[in-house]
Amino acid sequence: MGWLVLIALQVVWTVLDGGNRTAHITVLAITVALAVTHVTVMPWWRYRVHRWETTADAVYTQSGWLQQEWRIAPISRIQTVDSERGPLEQLFGLVNVTVTTASAAGPLRVHGLDRKTAQRLVDELTANTQATTGDAT
Amino acid sequence: MTAMDDTTDALGGEPADAVGGGPVAEPGGELVQWRRLSRRMLVIHPFQEVVRSAPALIGLLFAGSTQGGHGHLWSLAGLGIMLLIGTLRWFTTTYRVTPQYVQVRKGLLRRQVLTVPRDRIRTVDVTSHVLHRLLGLSRVEVGTGRSDRKDGGTLKLDALHTHEVDRLRDELLHRRPAPASAAAASVAPGPVALDSVAPGSAALGTVAPGSVVPGSVASGPVAPGSVAGSPHAGATATSEMDVHPGTAGPMTEVELTALRPAWIRFGPFTLSGVVTVGVLAGFISRIVSEGNVDLLSIGPVRQVVDSFNQGALWLRITGSVATLVIFVAIASTLGYVLAFWRFRLTRTTGGTLHVTRGLITTRATTLEERRLRGIEVSEPLLLRAVGGARLIAVATGLRVGLGAQRGGSMLLPPAPLAEAQNVAARVIGVSEPLTADLLPHGPAALRRRFTRALAVWGTLTAALLALSYWAGFPAWTWQTALVLTVPAMPLAADRYRSLGHTISGGHLVTRWGSVVRRRVALDRDGIIGWNLRRSFFQRRAGLATLTATTAAGRQGYSVWDVDLAEALRTADQGIPGLLTPFLVSAGQPSEAAGGPAPASLPMPAQVEGPLAHRDA
Repeated sequence: MGWLVLIALQVVWTVLDGGNRTAHITVLAITVALAVTHVTVMPWWRYRVHRWETTADAVYTQSGWLQQEWRIAPISRIQTVDSERGPLEQLFGLVNVTVTTASAAGPLRVHGLDRKTAQRLVDELTANTQATTGDAT
Repeated sequence: MTAMDDTTDALGGEPADAVGGGPVAEPGGELVQWRRLSRRMLVIHPFQEVVRSAPALIGLLFAGSTQGGHGHLWSLAGLGIMLLIGTLRWFTTTYRVTPQYVQVRKGLLRRQVLTVPRDRIRTVDVTSHVLHRLLGLSRVEVGTGRSDRKDGGTLKLDALHTHEVDRLRDELLHRRPAPASAAAASVAPGPVALDSVAPGSAALGTVAPGSVVPGSVASGPVAPGSVAGSPHAGATATSEMDVHPGTAGPMTEVELTALRPAWIRFGPFTLSGVVTVGVLAGFISRIVSEGNVDLLSIGPVRQVVDSFNQGALWLRITGSVATLVIFVAIASTLGYVLAFWRFRLTRTTGGTLHVTRGLITTRATTLEERRLRGIEVSEPLLLRAVGGARLIAVATGLRVGLGAQRGGSMLLPPAPLAEAQNVAARVIGVSEPLTADLLPHGPAALRRRFTRALAVWGTLTAALLALSYWAGFPAWTWQTALVLTVPAMPLAADRYRSLGHTISGGHLVTRWGSVVRRRVALDRDGIIGWNLRRSFFQRRAGLATLTATTAAGRQGYSVWDVDLAEALRTADQGIPGLLTPFLVSAGQPSEAAGGPAPASLPMPAQVEGPLAHRDA
């Protein structure tokens, strides 16, 4: 989406600004090439990297493509378990699950789970979380 | 009164007449009276309102006099209204402390009832400005640790009698029932009674002799409770009251440290004066430009400027730099004295840390120790050069603020490093996390520091060079960038030297930074989880940044650019067993790409290995 906006802006600029057409078109071509590479490579790369896993004690996620991040939180420290579906996700039947702890630095996000898996994950986490007491800070 | 006001009152549940009215029944059947603020606020509130609206009133005066000559009448009327509003604030504000809640009712047109459950109270701040102090009053802010909103969650009482404030604070933080006679002014063991302590009096080395490890100046592993509760430690207590820990008697305090006049020498190095000088300069220039004052027409100024203009260029430059430095140094020192005069850090038997300070405006901050998750020793570059450091508490619900006050989490103003370590050890109860040697992060981290410094400045220089070539940027921009690359090199080396981490004395210790070097000791129990971040270049260098997330302080404390295997080992030690199920090859971290790659199949409970702690 970001790329589309950028390309559109450049097209408009090229059309409006009369002079130096070749330079504009070169930049536009580079942008399009970058966009195509990004759009084709990134999702595969991300799909290969993104993982998640839960055990009885902890939740684990792995995300990112250039900058990769692994996050681990003990079940006993979980504050909330949210699941959300945007319009696009609803179209494809996907759910995002966010697990937050008392720290502002480390919400764990699992993107694009299918509905059944997400429901199972949320139920499981909720059940496990309820088993622990304390204010988890 | 309009219909809307009526509705508001109805929603508030009480008609305005009932303010300060009869006792209200608690669920427990108790009757708790609503209390008013100090009567002396009848003086301060109107004064505050007038000061606050002074610009508007003056504007009114000017606007009125230009139009019809009735400006003074208008502004007098405005003054009257402001005085009335100020007076009404006293009549409309009431508060009460019930066994479960602290409640404040306020507002005239928009009635508000603020309720804070008492077990959520985390801090109690007491501030007295000049006017308050003259009248023996203090403002109370009750903090509930709502760190997500800037002004949310604090409940302000402006203002109460100082002795009533002490009682209230004890009542709130130490969870004791209020003394039977609320007005018993004689009960004032609070640290505001500073007179009994000469600054610098025997603050240190008074821990019980048996518990001091020989050879270490800092106290050995002294549990917080044992210091506070043991009678001999009370030798430093300022209160002359009897020691009855845990009873309804007055709290005893153990002094952890107090400001010594010698510390003021660190004042010039805090640089807090830069802001002051900046503000002052802006103020003067604004007066000059708005008032059309010609500074040069003032005799002495003219002489100085004339003699200045006759000097050589280098003389002029050094002259102005020296003047600036002197001004900043003076302002910083003044700021230090104003903010930290009569600074004292004490621990009460009720399990709270207590900070009092201030020359003109006095502040007292109380922090519950059970919210404490660690401590931060921070050394800004200049301060480090003269061997100074300051302490910042890492506590839940207390986000690290900006400025000299650090949002109330400051535990020690700039002071000698040894003193800072000493105090920190006494605050967290163990000294190893502050003195233990840290593991360096290896040559890869060093390379990364240099490549990063070079990459940033190199790219900047190149970009500016290109811009000056193509787009006609002035040449000095890229030249400056090039020159700045030079000091970036020692800075990079120093940044590497700062890096280090270890796990010691039940705390995760990490140190980083050069311009401000910070060493954080974070209680292992305070660690909520781990984030392991690896950028593209970090992956190629086999490094990772490990962040311990926590509910306290900065919310996350990082071990920067550490070897991946070491990062995993640290994380595993930090929270034993947490990582174990996810490490495919725990016990033998391979050097291969990615090291011990985490088990990576989205199947819950896929690995059901024993959760025993394994050392890598």
